[in-house]
Amino acid sequence: MANAVFGIPATLPGFPAGVRRLWRDANGVQRTALLVAVLLLIVAAFAPYIAPHEPTAQSLIARLRPPIGFDRYKDGYLLGTDELGRDVLSRSLYGLQLTLILAALGATIGLLLGGALGLFAGIAGGIVDDFIMGAVDAQIAIPFTLIALLMLAIFGSSIEVMVLVLGLHGWEQYARIVRGEVRRLMAMPFIEAARAAGASGGRIAFRHILPNTVSPLVVQFTLSISNIVLVESTLSFLGMGVQPPTATLGSMVGIGRDYMPTAPWIVVAPALMILLVTFAVQILGDWLRDRADVRLRGR
Amino acid sequence: MPLLSVRNLRVAFGAKEAVRELSFDVPAGATMALVGESGSGKSATALSILRLIEREGGRIAGGTITLHEDEGPIDITALDERQLRGLRGNRISMIFQEPMTSLNPVLTVGNQVAEVFVRHRGMGRSEALAAARDALDSVRIPEPKRRLAQYPHELSGGLRQRVTIAMALACRPRLLIADEPTTALDVTTQAEILNLIRELQDEIGMAVLFITHDMGVVAEIADRIVVLREGRKVEEGPVGEVFGAPKHAYSQQLMAATPKLGFGSPNPPPAGAKLLDVRGLTTRFMVRGGFLEGHRSIDAVRNVSLSIGRAETLGIVGESGCGKSTLARSILRLVEPASGSILLEGQEVMRANRPDLRAMRRHAQMIFQDPYASLNPRLPVHELVTEPARIHGIVSARDQRDLAAELVRSVGLDEDAVDLYPHQFSGGQRQRLCIARALSVKPKLIVADEPVSALDVSIARQVTDLMLALQEREGISFLFISHDIAVIERVSHRIAVMHGGEIVETGPSQAVLRYPRHAYTCRLLASVPHPDPARSRSLREPLPVVSVPQAGAGARLREAAPGHFVRENAA
Repeated sequence: MANAVFGIPATLPGFPAGVRRLWRDANGVQRTALLVAVLLLIVAAFAPYIAPHEPTAQSLIARLRPPIGFDRYKDGYLLGTDELGRDVLSRSLYGLQLTLILAALGATIGLLLGGALGLFAGIAGGIVDDFIMGAVDAQIAIPFTLIALLMLAIFGSSIEVMVLVLGLHGWEQYARIVRGEVRRLMAMPFIEAARAAGASGGRIAFRHILPNTVSPLVVQFTLSISNIVLVESTLSFLGMGVQPPTATLGSMVGIGRDYMPTAPWIVVAPALMILLVTFAVQILGDWLRDRADVRLRGR
Repeated sequence: MPLLSVRNLRVAFGAKEAVRELSFDVPAGATMALVGESGSGKSATALSILRLIEREGGRIAGGTITLHEDEGPIDITALDERQLRGLRGNRISMIFQEPMTSLNPVLTVGNQVAEVFVRHRGMGRSEALAAARDALDSVRIPEPKRRLAQYPHELSGGLRQRVTIAMALACRPRLLIADEPTTALDVTTQAEILNLIRELQDEIGMAVLFITHDMGVVAEIADRIVVLREGRKVEEGPVGEVFGAPKHAYSQQLMAATPKLGFGSPNPPPAGAKLLDVRGLTTRFMVRGGFLEGHRSIDAVRNVSLSIGRAETLGIVGESGCGKSTLARSILRLVEPASGSILLEGQEVMRANRPDLRAMRRHAQMIFQDPYASLNPRLPVHELVTEPARIHGIVSARDQRDLAAELVRSVGLDEDAVDLYPHQFSGGQRQRLCIARALSVKPKLIVADEPVSALDVSIARQVTDLMLALQEREGISFLFISHDIAVIERVSHRIAVMHGGEIVETGPSQAVLRYPRHAYTCRLLASVPHPDPARSRSLREPLPVVSVPQAGAGARLREAAPGHFVRENAA
């Protein structure tokens, strides 16, 4: 159904067998998400070649021009210009690139940090567990924006620091999820069976427990990608994020907000891109989780 | 005229038919047993009669279910939800397998029982509570007044099942549907509950539709029996006829697979050196007391001594909570014993440090009760069955698949199984995989904790047969733990009876079972339902209550006959 609507082909002749199988197993929404994701990645990767203008080039005589098809449209500025006369399309493309890098790195750091601590806390138990979970509670109790602002104020707001700060965001969620799963799994008979077979602690942790925590982790990962985009825009809005004139999708929305009544196009392009990113990530995340679950195979 | 007639009933879950063209009658006042293994459609039938099947995701695809009332017949399949509520719990009641989950844990027993009277009899609260007290009294619950204020978790499994029976019988129904009501209970408790159901049936004059997989229970309680297989009726008849001369091949197979007490034990192996020698083993659990109370300790296993020879099976039998699983885990040091000595092949396990212990586990493997949960769902079979061998460095990564194929063949599975995942197997097949896994290191001892309790009788029979064959071929010793004495008898050379964390009687299987010396053993044996209607028809005498006094440190086992030991100060 969905395929007919979107005009997406059911088979992909000419691609490698693995890709063809993946495509065949997907449903219409998943195929759409896959296409969107590939498109976004290509666009982000080649932003400097695609963008018609420099993202920071100002043109004060061409401020707040609307997109193509409207009155006062200025040639060469497809999606219009912002309050400083910068090309919205170019800024969106560069912004997409930076936002994807920040979100992917941030979410990965959070996943690794939180996942490792959660695994450790769940398996070790006792005082180690109390300590790590205490840190989690502390992180939850203190507003993250405060921590982020503090760190950015101390270390300066470079891209590297920004990635670290975003990585810290959400680690406590991963830690809690993994720790809970680990505690549940530790009580399962197959863990005792592994112990009875003589398995070492490392083997139990990485062979038996970790693979069984993949599903909730993937879900959390996809959620945190969209969260990180939001956090990044919050920080940019507060003036502590990625510094202007460098564009990120979040900061473009943050600044464009002031011009919503008169020049809504400044917000629309980056907002749509955020929407597409989160849509693609969530659908693909669900799909990945299902494919990773051997229990859903051979049914 | 029968009380209930089921005609051409078809029940479907999605496209899958669970019950196909099933017809039977339940005569008034009689007990009808629906017998079959898992997936035979017996529970689907029971749920259809109360029209609870829709809640489980199924639907009645065809046929009629007619309740013949004095006022005229009622077609249950045609009733609306309001009419059904008037029927359920009033004319037809049901009791379920799990007495814990079928009671609401946050309401007192009194409130739950009284609710039935409020709902169906329109009583006021105090009147309903008084009626609830009488109802508890009528199911022989001691101190019914005190129980009204208690919560379900404060009662034992047997008492909880009595409460659900009290609720089911509150309105004196014409028909009681009992879906495996004693399966989750200990054998002595089961005997009491079965007795109770029969007594109450005589008092109220109701019919009972009894659903079970246990032929022993059927023989105890049923007048007529319907044998189901894959949703079809394969045989129906009076219980004596079906047991005496089953006509259908499947009924015969079911009868043959049912473990029967008194059918002998394997011949003892030639006397040889001891493989395992346990002396004075005690395992203690710390239990957190209430506020300001501190910790107190409970001895789950107390001063247990036992030994197993080569190629010998020692069966440990006891009821839930007697410490038999803790004993098994203590011997492998999966839980840490407090004191005692465990010699495995002359090596002291208690003094082993971590690397020693892991090396030792090569010789002693364990099989667990729940074959669904004891295999990692994420790993393919070829990794699962060879994991112990990989851990102990017996097999290289290259030879892993070959070993896996050999192992699955040796437990009677297809070689193709090595690439599948656990969820693609049935319970019996999974237990075979667990056995294959244990075999991968060629152990000398396998500790099997209730290995067949979660399986259907015919599957359980195949699994125990496999274990016997492996013992013959490879000379493996087994420590076989079960609550089912008939299974224990079939596999064990010697038996140890556990009660309250202690071994109260031990000896050669036939000596213990034929000439039990300890009062608790006698009680256990008397409770076992016999799959022989002629023998177990009469209402049993109430069983004697045995209280085994806590043994002091000096409690010893007395040798009553050669090799047959009984706990002193009882007998």
